[in-house]
Amino acid sequence: MSRQPKSLGEEAGSGVRGQVRSGSPGTGDRSGRRPSKKRAPRAEGAAGRRGAQPGQKERAGGSPGPGSPRRKQAERRRHREELGERGRSSAERTCTERRKKDGRTSLKEQRAPSKKEKEVPRKEETWKRLKKHRSPSLASSASVGESLSEEELARILEQLEDKKKLIATVRSKPWPMAKKLTELREAQEFVEKYEGALGKGKGKRLYAYRMLMAKKWVKFKRDFDNFKTQCIPWEMKIKDIESHFGSSVASYFIFLRWMYGVNLVLFGLIFGLVIIPEVLMGVPYGSIPRKTVPRAEEEKAMDFSVLWDFEGYIKYSALFYGYYNNQRTIGWLRYRLPMAYFMVGVSVFGYSLMIVIRSMASNTQGSASEGESANFTFSFKMFTSWDYLIGNSETADNKYASITTSFKESIVDEQESNKEENIHLTRFLRVLANFLIICCLCGSGYLIYFVVKRSQEFSKMQNVSWYERNEVEIVMSLLGMFCPPLFETIAALENYHPRIGLKWQLGRIFALFLGNLYTFLLALMDDVHLKLSNEEKIKNLTHWTLFNYYNSSGWNESVPRPPLHPADVPRGSCWETAVGIEFMRLTVSDMLVTYITILLGDFVRACFVRFMNYCWCWDLEAGFPSYAEFDISGNVLGLIFNQGMIWMGSFYAPGLVGVNVLRLLTSMYFQCWAVMSSNVPHERVFKASRSNNFYMGLLLLVLFLSLLPVAYAIMSLPPSFDCGPFSGKNRMYDVIQETIENDFPTFLGKIFAFLANPGLIIPAILLMFLAIYYLNSVSKSLSRANAQLRKKIQALREVEKSHKSVKGRTTARDSEDTAKGNSKNATQLQLTKEGTTPHSASQSQTAGKKAQDPGISSSASRITLPVSQHLPVSRPPGVRPDSGQPRPQTHPWRSASGKSAPRPPH
Amino acid sequence: MCSSLATRVAPRRPGASGACSRALAAAFTMGNKQTVFTHEQLEAYQDCTFFTRKEIMRLFYRYQDLAPQLVPLDYTSCPDVKVPYELIGSMPELKDNPFRQRIAQVFSDDGDGHMTLDNFLDMFSVMSEMAPRDLKAYYAFKIYDFNDDGYICAWDLEQTVTKLTRGELSAEEVSLVCEKVLGEADGDHDGRLSLEDFQNMILRAPDFLSTFHIRI
Repeated sequence: MSRQPKSLGEEAGSGVRGQVRSGSPGTGDRSGRRPSKKRAPRAEGAAGRRGAQPGQKERAGGSPGPGSPRRKQAERRRHREELGERGRSSAERTCTERRKKDGRTSLKEQRAPSKKEKEVPRKEETWKRLKKHRSPSLASSASVGESLSEEELARILEQLEDKKKLIATVRSKPWPMAKKLTELREAQEFVEKYEGALGKGKGKRLYAYRMLMAKKWVKFKRDFDNFKTQCIPWEMKIKDIESHFGSSVASYFIFLRWMYGVNLVLFGLIFGLVIIPEVLMGVPYGSIPRKTVPRAEEEKAMDFSVLWDFEGYIKYSALFYGYYNNQRTIGWLRYRLPMAYFMVGVSVFGYSLMIVIRSMASNTQGSASEGESANFTFSFKMFTSWDYLIGNSETADNKYASITTSFKESIVDEQESNKEENIHLTRFLRVLANFLIICCLCGSGYLIYFVVKRSQEFSKMQNVSWYERNEVEIVMSLLGMFCPPLFETIAALENYHPRIGLKWQLGRIFALFLGNLYTFLLALMDDVHLKLSNEEKIKNLTHWTLFNYYNSSGWNESVPRPPLHPADVPRGSCWETAVGIEFMRLTVSDMLVTYITILLGDFVRACFVRFMNYCWCWDLEAGFPSYAEFDISGNVLGLIFNQGMIWMGSFYAPGLVGVNVLRLLTSMYFQCWAVMSSNVPHERVFKASRSNNFYMGLLLLVLFLSLLPVAYAIMSLPPSFDCGPFSGKNRMYDVIQETIENDFPTFLGKIFAFLANPGLIIPAILLMFLAIYYLNSVSKSLSRANAQLRKKIQALREVEKSHKSVKGRTTARDSEDTAKGNSKNATQLQLTKEGTTPHSASQSQTAGKKAQDPGISSSASRITLPVSQHLPVSRPPGVRPDSGQPRPQTHPWRSASGKSAPRPPH
Repeated sequence: MCSSLATRVAPRRPGASGACSRALAAAFTMGNKQTVFTHEQLEAYQDCTFFTRKEIMRLFYRYQDLAPQLVPLDYTSCPDVKVPYELIGSMPELKDNPFRQRIAQVFSDDGDGHMTLDNFLDMFSVMSEMAPRDLKAYYAFKIYDFNDDGYICAWDLEQTVTKLTRGELSAEEVSLVCEKVLGEADGDHDGRLSLEDFQNMILRAPDFLSTFHIRI
């Protein structure tokens, strides 16, 4: 593809040249073809007109055919002389499509016209000429269009494609806007002009129609994109934060926004498919026992204190599992609610899993290489450490400070990489710190277990105080509040590098949260089992009550007895709703604690520091309390665990996702406000881009961990007998079996039964394992090959370096004594292309091309050179005086070269 | 929304002279009716930058706000207006950037930092999130090439370090850092970084895309 346009251009250029150049295999078949009658005279004329220029044929020889590098080089030089400025700008224009494909090299070539580009002016010229000749006939009348030969059509089509590509990619060209605009205009004009002239008869109309549609489609896509960007909320808020605090703090808010989007989808799913149908089409409130507040609770059911605990009316509402009826179909739509409930519960997890993995994958695509950073410590610090997003002087000050520190750190590291310390003391302190932290973790786990157990006692008692009712949530929130700072204090013992320390800290907080969550779950599970064991008793009681009610004496036998009021029916404890309530409470209390922490810890502190500073004995702003920093990792982890609770709880409390959406919405505004009003930018450098996928990984882990208990409950716990959509069934998943049996044709049922056969499932699982093993080994071998290639490149570069350092030294010496005597060493430098770089700014060679250079292959035998290379390093007196000269860069380079050359490739 | 309506009204004129065509179409934004760009201009700008219509209008208003007395509200005739560097450099997005002057110089027509609207759009397009790595790397190279000689030489590096650290490092430390950078990234070993060296290095940088980015 990249070759064709060239050959076409040449072909159009002159018929004679076609024969001259038949040596090149790629283009030979095309150019060897007999030129069409119509074209020949014109082409000759074109050639004749250009005959005045010397070396035309040689230029033709510069086609991508195989030529010796030496010859190519010579040609290139000549071209440069010939072409001068004439074709350069136009060349740059037309060859950009191709350059796009070349990826990284593209921009280099842009700077210095290479072989490829030099060919293009020819094409460009001829094209222009052709256009001049033909444009009236082509553009206007269709009848003339048909007289075009096939070749020309193909050529125009080719150019058309090129132009279209240019239109699509013009925005990523490194040109000034004026040039982009003119290019774009020209390309568009060309497309407009020739688009209609292509195709014949009916095909033509079809072609025109297709073009029209394509245009419309592009337009639609652009409008849609415009619309999409308008739909993204909080863009300006986040931008504000970004400019004040740098990208790391903003990454939390972007994460929050993403989470909000995910939750909105989940909410739509649950709300649209479960809650709304049940509310609209299910039996109304108060008609059956599960939808009625029991008699004992009735008078208190509307009290705020009761509602606040999600008891009373809220407990018997559509927010919780227990409200749903086990009727197979509801309403005139015959909506299968239990089935929908089950499927929505599954798809909540499915969707979340999919979206998390997708965003992880898209994140990893951006960062291909991670093992490289060790080789470029200083370069990365130099060129990528400034965050261009910063638009706040305070943050900028911090950034300057942190960059300075990091430079100093690296310098110190470089100078004394193996600093001797008291290794035994450090080791002891680290072990001690870990021991303390493990104690903390165990303690917090036990505390939660203890508290949950106690709350079960409380729940049996009457008249418990507010504290006793909310003890679990309070204790968990307090632990979440106080343990991280405690960990940080303990971590000070360890004396790690801040970046490593941060990872440990994150890991520990994660362990704490996870431990707390799972202890909570275990305690809850105990509770559930207890309730389940009581269920049988209550079931009997219910039956007995109903039986007594209907068969009791003293009632007129002729009149049928009105059914027992649903509020009076004794009922089971409905463990699903209880679990849902626990999660609901936990979420709400978590939210409140977060807000109160922000209010007290950030806002009140900031106010205090700000206003008491006038009348205090020391500087509050700079001294002890100071302003709070925004705790990114803590907030992100909090968000992740909150999401975990949502995932777990949403099966038992469909309303939970709605609450969470509200929570995220409010916390977006609240935290934005808090961060802007009362926090100061971080002092510690925190890389946002790297940790992004780390958070996603944590989220995935939490998703998996929250999937476990739900799956366990679905697969192995019997649902309550008198509440929820699955009541009366043995297991929750029986609903699928029931649907298959009753609603699908029998053969499908048979197929499902056959698929569920262990004889089929076990081989399937085995197959899956085999596939995983196979893919894993393939990827391993690929990555090994990758590493080897990288090593090779590294080795090549080292060889090149050593080679060039020798060459370069001579040139450097030359340039020292002759500033302008380029002509003298130009001959010497011809041997190595790299050597010419100081003199000809238009030089451009990629690393790959260098490797092919014959000069390099011979340099392989010079690997022994580094030994001799140490010599120039040890002669600074000779070099130092130069530093005052207009080219001071020679001396740092030289010492660097001497050091780095003997370094073994790794 | 209104401008898309106007699209249909505007006559299609393929031969019109591109961005500054005569066919006018109104682009209404922010509620007040204003013919800032023709429809063709807007389309062309959308093709040439990574921005949507709304963002281009926002950028225009930002630009206009910098020098309200200088910049007309009608760009249909492509007025030749330049906003001086002093105003460009005082934008909140740039004012704390140590390289603001270089950025303005690189993107301005004559290298003096005075910017036309086209330059302005160019600058933020390159700095936008959507711009590809290659493009960003190319312009980053130009920004760090202080003396515009097509190479990042030791002097350029010293400038960069000094600007990044506000001159907190001693001269020895600065020269050590420059030496190290050259040792790491100078592939062809000529004592300075060519664009190729720079790209080779910057394309491996994990943070380059996220930090070389200005949100507007």
